[in-house]
Amino acid sequence: MSNLSKKATISDRRRFISLMAQSIGLSALGGMIWTGYIQEAKSAPLILRPPGAKNELDFLRMCIKCGQCALACPYDTLNIAKPGDNMPVGTPYFIPREIPCYMCTDIPCVPVCPTGALDESSVSKVEDGRTVLEIKKAKMGLAVVDEESCIAFWGIQCDACYRACPLLDEAITLEYKRNTRTGKHAYLVPKVISDVCTGCGLCERACVTKKAAIFVLPREVSQGDLGDHYIKGWDKADEKRLKNVSTEVTTQTTRSEKTPQDYLNDDGGLFNNE
Amino acid sequence: MSNLWKNYRFLALRRFVQIGLLFLYFSANAYGFKILTGTLSSSNLFQAIPLSDPFALLQMFSAGAILSMDVLIGGFIILVFYMSIGGRAFCSWVCPINMVTDTANWLRRKLYLDKIEKKVWLSKNVRYWVFGLALVLSFLSGVAAFEMVSPIAMLHRGIVFGMGMGFAAVLCLFLFDLFAVKNGWCGHLCPLGAFYSLVSKQNVLVVKHNQPNCTLCMKCKDVCPEKQVLAIVGKRSGDVVFGECTKCGRCIEVCEDDALSFGVRDYINKNG
Repeated sequence: MSNLSKKATISDRRRFISLMAQSIGLSALGGMIWTGYIQEAKSAPLILRPPGAKNELDFLRMCIKCGQCALACPYDTLNIAKPGDNMPVGTPYFIPREIPCYMCTDIPCVPVCPTGALDESSVSKVEDGRTVLEIKKAKMGLAVVDEESCIAFWGIQCDACYRACPLLDEAITLEYKRNTRTGKHAYLVPKVISDVCTGCGLCERACVTKKAAIFVLPREVSQGDLGDHYIKGWDKADEKRLKNVSTEVTTQTTRSEKTPQDYLNDDGGLFNNE
Repeated sequence: MSNLWKNYRFLALRRFVQIGLLFLYFSANAYGFKILTGTLSSSNLFQAIPLSDPFALLQMFSAGAILSMDVLIGGFIILVFYMSIGGRAFCSWVCPINMVTDTANWLRRKLYLDKIEKKVWLSKNVRYWVFGLALVLSFLSGVAAFEMVSPIAMLHRGIVFGMGMGFAAVLCLFLFDLFAVKNGWCGHLCPLGAFYSLVSKQNVLVVKHNQPNCTLCMKCKDVCPEKQVLAIVGKRSGDVVFGECTKCGRCIEVCEDDALSFGVRDYINKNG
């Protein structure tokens, strides 16, 4: 082999192995930098997606970044993320304080999605045997009220968000409370009904404070998760939630060996009090 | 004037196609002309025919996405077109980055940068590794990896929807091509070009060489962005069979001896 070329001091087989090793090594190096960037870009948590969007991870998997949803939006609500916006580039998002989602009943942004990243079935219902679009089923986000900066919580009458809500008196209700400070007035405070709110952001747009006191957050950010440990014992519907829960104890510590009475009366040497 | 046309006819046609397509996409967003909507990743022609980037679909598939029929049909149309007819024509006739890198290349020649560069330190095969890497990383990260960083998509979306900081990415690429490596992006790194090179080994449209006419002036090789494909020039008549040929037609324009032309691939007599 090596006498084919005078310069070659290593065999072709060695050369091939070395070249492959170099290529694979450089690929690993490039791949790690590349993946680092992707993971960083994917981790932006505060993005509001168009109606019908799948959960964020599946959405990113399926969105082909064609921008046709943004083209279809008649209110220019949807933007396409640009480099520098600190979001995965090319994906659609909206900022409610600038332009909220006006909840078109024909939802033009969803059927144009070629990949199904915006899932038509999640914003459809069956009516008289036909499948029709239903924007009220959208879950773009959830409005959250900051009680400190909402003037209704001071006792000043303001129902801007309540009146701006397209699902009037369904997604935001006004709660009446006695104002003990004056003794003769009432608080009329907004309360968001979380399973009705679509996250359209018209309330955020309408809010009168300098920075909105009611604002839409993605549901993964604004909502907690009860898990299986708590249940409304007085609510038959809620009890069903725990029907298939496993009763197995998954966390075993030295405490779990004792009976409840034992460990409630004994701090387990935690505070070292003789 | 007729000489000018003869020397730049394919270049003019390419710019017309490139800019025309960009205008159609742009006008869909700006003026609401619904002829061609979307971006190069996926679009809709006349609101009826879906068109999708097959490489993007391949990455999405690798990332574990369940692809809907619309994009699959769109990807199939594009793939069949380039596989059977166009070859790697996407790169020089459609891709907007081509205008950026062609400008860098032109400036290189004007500034004699080609003359001072001693050795190209980047292999032309790197792009195939980048192509493979894009698929592996899509699988590992659960998103279409190249689509997250693609300067092609950034520039195209930038023109349709607004550039943002995308111009910086395009500028980096321009500077890389101008000062670091001749044809650095399109000819060495771009996995989309690699993809089209891989699928277009048997397409119909090819450059044909008529060896008896050739005077070995080598102008074609000077201007060719993938000069390895012109290996037969001056040696024998036949077809330029490499998938890496972008069908830009520059070699045909600069040839003053009618030794090169576009034609139909000779599938039977492969040696011409």
